[in-house]
Amino acid sequence: MLDSLEKRTFEAILIGASAGGFKALKKIVLSFAKKEMPAVIVAIHRTWNSDDYLESALDTICPLGVRQVDAGGEIRHGNVYVAPPNYHLLIEDDRTFSLSIERPVNFARPSIDVLLESAAEVFGKNMAGVILTGANNDGSSGLKRVKMSGGLTVVQDPVTAEMPSMPNSAIRSASPDHVLPLGRIGPFLGGFSWAAPD
Amino acid sequence: MDDQAKNERIEIDLLLEAIYLKYGYDFRNYSKASIRRRVRRHLTRSGLENVSEMLHRVLYEPAFFDKLLLDLTINVTEMFRDPDYFKILRKVVLPSLKDKKFVKVWHAGCATGEEVYSMVILLREGGFYKNFQIYATDTNEAVLKSAGKGIFPLARMKEYTRNYIKAGGRAGFASYYTARYDHALMHHDLKENIVFSHHNLVTDGVFGEMDLILCRNVLIYFNRELQERVLQLFLDSLADGGFLCLGSKESLQFSTVNPHFEIVAGKNKIYRKTG
Repeated sequence: MLDSLEKRTFEAILIGASAGGFKALKKIVLSFAKKEMPAVIVAIHRTWNSDDYLESALDTICPLGVRQVDAGGEIRHGNVYVAPPNYHLLIEDDRTFSLSIERPVNFARPSIDVLLESAAEVFGKNMAGVILTGANNDGSSGLKRVKMSGGLTVVQDPVTAEMPSMPNSAIRSASPDHVLPLGRIGPFLGGFSWAAPD
Repeated sequence: MDDQAKNERIEIDLLLEAIYLKYGYDFRNYSKASIRRRVRRHLTRSGLENVSEMLHRVLYEPAFFDKLLLDLTINVTEMFRDPDYFKILRKVVLPSLKDKKFVKVWHAGCATGEEVYSMVILLREGGFYKNFQIYATDTNEAVLKSAGKGIFPLARMKEYTRNYIKAGGRAGFASYYTARYDHALMHHDLKENIVFSHHNLVTDGVFGEMDLILCRNVLIYFNRELQERVLQLFLDSLADGGFLCLGSKESLQFSTVNPHFEIVAGKNKIYRKTG
């Protein structure tokens, strides 16, 4: 079942992570090597004043380029983008990023829900949404929205998560297509190929 | 995209067109993803079925529009957001202006004024305040009024104090406000050199010859075309050698005005007009 799905194509892969997410991402991005991979867009909760340390650390180990999003930047496949700390990240119809400093949603900015909801609206079934480790329930309603729009939904197996509550909550609310142990998420996503917008 | 999503996009375009024709506020070149979020939020709040219904109320009930306007404009700011930026302002930008007899500062899109008061505190602590005239503008009258009052939620003061200290604050932050119930009232003498006035970045013209323009996290809500217009407006409103401060994720890099500026602080997006 997984093998056949790995041949699926997407425009983008959206990943949400919170506590323990940096470590999980370090493991996952090792498998992101294909230039023809979908664009990977990450929202991770971190302290509001953090620098771009996370991006440079991931960039060093990831075969694809990893960078922090700039307002108005274009979304290109074969790249990994990370939401800047202290901003909400949204996706525009013309495949550019936009940022907002509206109030935190459920204490989070960037909010994974805000990102996934706006992504689901633009990419529809042409995207995959992934929820990783975390100590809250951000991303649950966003992932549900991804599923309703026909996108593929993946959640980290809570047993393999440093903090299981975020994956648990996502599993309850979205009944995801796949619940995968951390070690398999990277190879699974890394096998996807890019598909142009419908 | 399904039919309903397409229809909603058309409805929102019509709504923005109607707002512009009827009230002169131009949101047509705002980033659509945020606008959709804000329109939907207002839809839920006002208990309406769809955007077309909202359009009708906007046209026939100005009071309804006033409420919508508050939801459409982002009025969220923080005191000393990005402390490093304020540190550079204090150490580099303000000292280089202090020998001028009269320094004009334009705080464009000041919202409820948190950054205006942050800036004034820096000026006072640097001993510069006397020569500085600050023009704080926003497109939203209700928000401007609130900025003029200088009343902020007391619950945020702990975070602001932390930021203030990180920004190199020299006094006790609590000495700048009086706590009253659940609010902090900024001291009146901080407002002496501030003029709060109405200005719309989208539809109004050059504001005057300024030595320092601060406009942080406003351009993020505009599409590229509107960003260009506003940056040109800033270029035209700046004296030679004047400074422009943008938000940390905004940049002049891809703008046509870029050749007219040099970088003062790359990461914190502080620029200086060279001519």
